[in-house]
Amino acid sequence: MERHFEHELDELKQRLLWMAGLAERAVHQSVQAVLDIDRSLAEAVLSEENTINEMQIEIDERVLRLLALQQPMAIDLRFILAVSRINSDLERIGDQAVNIAQSAMRILRHPQVKPYIDLPRMSELVEIMVRDSLNALVRNDQELARSVLTRDDQVDQFRDQMFRELLTYMMENSKLVFPAFELILVTKNLERIGDHATNIAEDVIYIVAGRDVRHAVPDRR
Amino acid sequence: MNIKTSIPELPKRSQREVSPDVPPRFTISKLNFYYGAKQALFDVSLEVATNHVTALIGPSGCGKSTFLRTLNRLQETLRHTRTEGEVLLDGQDIFTMDVVALRRRVGMVFQRPNPFPKSIYENVAYGLRINGWKGSLADAVEHSLRRAALWDEVKDQLHKSAYALSGGQQQRLCIARALAVDPEVLLLDEPCSALDPITTAKIEELLFQLKESCTIVIVTHNMQQAARTSDFTAFLLDGRLIEFNPTSQLFTTPADPRTEAYITGRFG
Repeated sequence: MERHFEHELDELKQRLLWMAGLAERAVHQSVQAVLDIDRSLAEAVLSEENTINEMQIEIDERVLRLLALQQPMAIDLRFILAVSRINSDLERIGDQAVNIAQSAMRILRHPQVKPYIDLPRMSELVEIMVRDSLNALVRNDQELARSVLTRDDQVDQFRDQMFRELLTYMMENSKLVFPAFELILVTKNLERIGDHATNIAEDVIYIVAGRDVRHAVPDRR
Repeated sequence: MNIKTSIPELPKRSQREVSPDVPPRFTISKLNFYYGAKQALFDVSLEVATNHVTALIGPSGCGKSTFLRTLNRLQETLRHTRTEGEVLLDGQDIFTMDVVALRRRVGMVFQRPNPFPKSIYENVAYGLRINGWKGSLADAVEHSLRRAALWDEVKDQLHKSAYALSGGQQQRLCIARALAVDPEVLLLDEPCSALDPITTAKIEELLFQLKESCTIVIVTHNMQQAARTSDFTAFLLDGRLIEFNPTSQLFTTPADPRTEAYITGRFG
């Protein structure tokens, strides 16, 4: 006999994934606003922020109700706790996308600092991390989740490399200080989004294997 | 890369959410009940929502079973008892109604399974026969057993004694027996207290299915069961209704500090 509770868990997951879709799109559009010099994309991200925030509250309410009313155990309990954390991560990803969109609007007022070479690579890496962490959640795929964790260092390297490069531009030409500084903020935000994808992947491992792998302690239970 | 730019429509909500506009099946106003000189219920007023599960919780002796049994006038069978106040079933006063007709509309299942010493089939058919059922008895028995999620387990042994069934099956048989006359309301008085957790889960799941066609009132001393199964919960203490709210609210943000203390195990 299928339990009514399982329907509620499934519905919780579906709604979390829907929110994740919004967050993924916001990240993509915010970076594309910079790369394609397209203000309308940045505006689209800003207009979507409220929907993500409302979903965060709705999912939190569902988590609270399920914990209070269903007394979940074992994998159900781990799943609900993980959803609660992933919910926060997705909301933060949405916030970072908003930051990037706001930077984009400021960047667009200035001439382009340089041709964008590393930025699209970095954003692609980060977006794939987010997508893979969510795919891992959909498929309960521990291996895919672990592969997300290994990519975080590459994101940090991109951030450091772009920081150094943009700093040079700023030192050479003070007119570029403002847009270059905004681009540094964009890379910082992308790096944070990568961190949230890592958190999501860690939560997937927690759901599937019951292992807490946060803070680089591989096998804490 | 292939990032979706259009997001499909948000899946529809279907979680247990109660509408404030559910019509009441029972409307209870200022219900007082006395065992001799001892008053067991004090001015209890509440509305039982149609096609929902309403749970009654509270410590032993708080009056929850007494309250339940007044809803089909079972308390009248005890001597030296007295009832005051009003109980309306679909707007009709139950105290002026023919009691047999009332109990046909308001079925009851007790704490311990109490099948008749007859076959499984006869247990379900009995109520139909005495009510002068005109259609096919076999079909009606099957229909009730299916509604009680028991059919698949007993279809090959319908003429065996009901006592040959396990406790959980007997309890579902009692539910099937109660459902046979198609009651509008089903009263359940701690229906799982004699059952193991797996069987309890089956009965709880059954309640979700039954409420589509039936209004359910359940008394339980198991708060978690009330939380899992009900849409509304009433908390009684010393014969008084302390709080009556949607279950999701009562168990997350109770309005009364006594409810909070009880559901968090601080007394009772």
